[in-house]
Amino acid sequence: METASNFLNIKDVSTAFKIDGQYYDAISHINLQVQHDEILAIVGESGCGKSTLATTIMGLHDPAETKISGEVDFEGTDLLKLDENGYNQFRGAKIGMIFQDPLSALNPLKRIEDQISEVMDYHTDLSAEDKHKHVLELLDQVGIVNPQRTARQFPHELSGGMRQRVIIAIAIACKPDLIIADEPTTALDVTIQAQILDVLRDIQKENHAGIILITHDLGVVAETADRVAVMYAGQIVEQGSVEQVFNTPEHPYTRSLLRSMPQRDNENDDLYVIQGNVPSLQKMPATGDRFAPRIPWVPAEAHEEHPTMHEVAPGHEVRCTCYKHFKFPDEQGSVTV
Amino acid sequence: MWKTILRRFLIMIPEVIILSILVFLLAKAMPGDPFTGSINPKADPAQIHHLMKINGLYDPWYQQYWNWVVHLFHGNLGNSYQYQEPVTRLIGGRAANTLWLALFTMILTYVFALPMGVYAGRHEGKLPDTVIRVYTYVTYCIPFFVILVIGIWIFGYVLGWFPTTGSISSDATGWLHTLGSRFYHILLPGLLGALFGTVNIVQYLRSEVIDSKHSDYVRTARSKGVPSKDIYRHHIFRNSLLPIAAFAGYSITGLLNGSIFTETVFSYPGMGLLFVNSISYRDYTVITALVLIYGILNLIGTLLSDIILSIVDPRIRIQ
Repeated sequence: METASNFLNIKDVSTAFKIDGQYYDAISHINLQVQHDEILAIVGESGCGKSTLATTIMGLHDPAETKISGEVDFEGTDLLKLDENGYNQFRGAKIGMIFQDPLSALNPLKRIEDQISEVMDYHTDLSAEDKHKHVLELLDQVGIVNPQRTARQFPHELSGGMRQRVIIAIAIACKPDLIIADEPTTALDVTIQAQILDVLRDIQKENHAGIILITHDLGVVAETADRVAVMYAGQIVEQGSVEQVFNTPEHPYTRSLLRSMPQRDNENDDLYVIQGNVPSLQKMPATGDRFAPRIPWVPAEAHEEHPTMHEVAPGHEVRCTCYKHFKFPDEQGSVTV
Repeated sequence: MWKTILRRFLIMIPEVIILSILVFLLAKAMPGDPFTGSINPKADPAQIHHLMKINGLYDPWYQQYWNWVVHLFHGNLGNSYQYQEPVTRLIGGRAANTLWLALFTMILTYVFALPMGVYAGRHEGKLPDTVIRVYTYVTYCIPFFVILVIGIWIFGYVLGWFPTTGSISSDATGWLHTLGSRFYHILLPGLLGALFGTVNIVQYLRSEVIDSKHSDYVRTARSKGVPSKDIYRHHIFRNSLLPIAAFAGYSITGLLNGSIFTETVFSYPGMGLLFVNSISYRDYTVITALVLIYGILNLIGTLLSDIILSIVDPRIRIQ
């Protein structure tokens, strides 16, 4: 990987939440890089720490309830060392965030125009008139048909898709270098999803931004992303280019995920189901492969005691050694589960 | 905007009509007749029948109701049996007293409640928040009239800071002195009323602020790089005040109901005290008139609430 153009370098970041007076890691030892003009997708099931990672980068956690360690190097600044005021210079200006639920992410009592221009109030010296002009441009850019009208409206007067566009407009208002999109299409129906993803891609081309796209939808990943990081139980278990991860998945979790997707050419209708559940934060084992309990037929000695990332191809990394020994039950013939 | 208000106002008309019919029928259902008590008990029953007849008391109820309404519009609510003077004059003399007290209590209530609620919500879990919460729970648990009696005992009797009865001292002369004396008399009932009135608002506002604080749109605002104090000013306060503002109109009603306690305990000559006295003397005409007035004020209170809400909340406006 050409580290030179990585403007975001997440090094060994862990975020722990306080539960009953004790801290438990929601994400542990995350290492990620993002470059300009790149869409990095983070995939994983609910509760695997995707959103926690996003809010950690944005510094949106309550410091009294969380403990964050590691380094988030953004264009030479370690964001985690900043105080609230320092962070506010980055939020909105250099990092924009798109939230999951467009229905509740906008203030119901403020006009769309005010909500978009609020970002510019804090990060630009534009005059009121210029801000107004820019708001209309932004709305047009995110594909709102009648920007003049929408600017004057309140959130409840817009459809879900339009609200998500407004949220994107807020995120890109100051042309940030990094856009974090936390499940931007989850709450929307499929046709709107495709449009929103197109909008994101267009913006990226124009702004040369790096995008972190958080999703649990592998279809969205295949369609949009350049690189993928697969997360399981707070750890990255595999990362690489989209082609690498989709064509030659290595980690048992990635393979299970891909196998549990409905396929058009699948002869039988049964979907593959991953056994068991993600362990809760309090019950997370301290050592060993966190995915091991869900593939019990793989012998214990196949796993590492402290699983680390192994490079299997340039830019393609897999956690733990168990991938070398992993086969699905039906591929093994004699072994039953 | 105006359409919403107009529409809401039109809805009030049938409400008032139904209310007046109910009040009228309830008054009719009360036992006794208007003459037995006011003329010679040895009078011939036939004579009473005659009086009832010429006064239209044997007419069908809708006929009687109509006559009552016509009198009502002429400002004639009948005579009080106890005071032997027109009900309108009787109430008119006291309405202003009640209004002053209610207004003063309301202003004090909001002056105390808004900062307390916002502060407690913003600094949730800190010591001042705990103090405020204990205060609200304790006050909420004590019946209002007990608070009044304790208040009178401490501030009026033991400390002797405030007068404990009446609305003005008898020796007040000159407009400044009169005004001062009136204000001095509503100070203690107003403060005690506010002490009680703040409880609900503080609790409500506190939880609204806490809710807004954790809401998605506040997270969006933070992700825009808006400093914390501006987030409070532009996002949390207004959104949290919304239900409080909406409740403001209706709280007038609560104050009027509360005035029944306050005025009785303080022997404050307002509508509330008149109401309680009229009930004990079975002064039916006064009771009917007061119930009607309280009912209409209730309707106006809710109307005000709806209007306020439609002003502050864009989601309520009808296009």
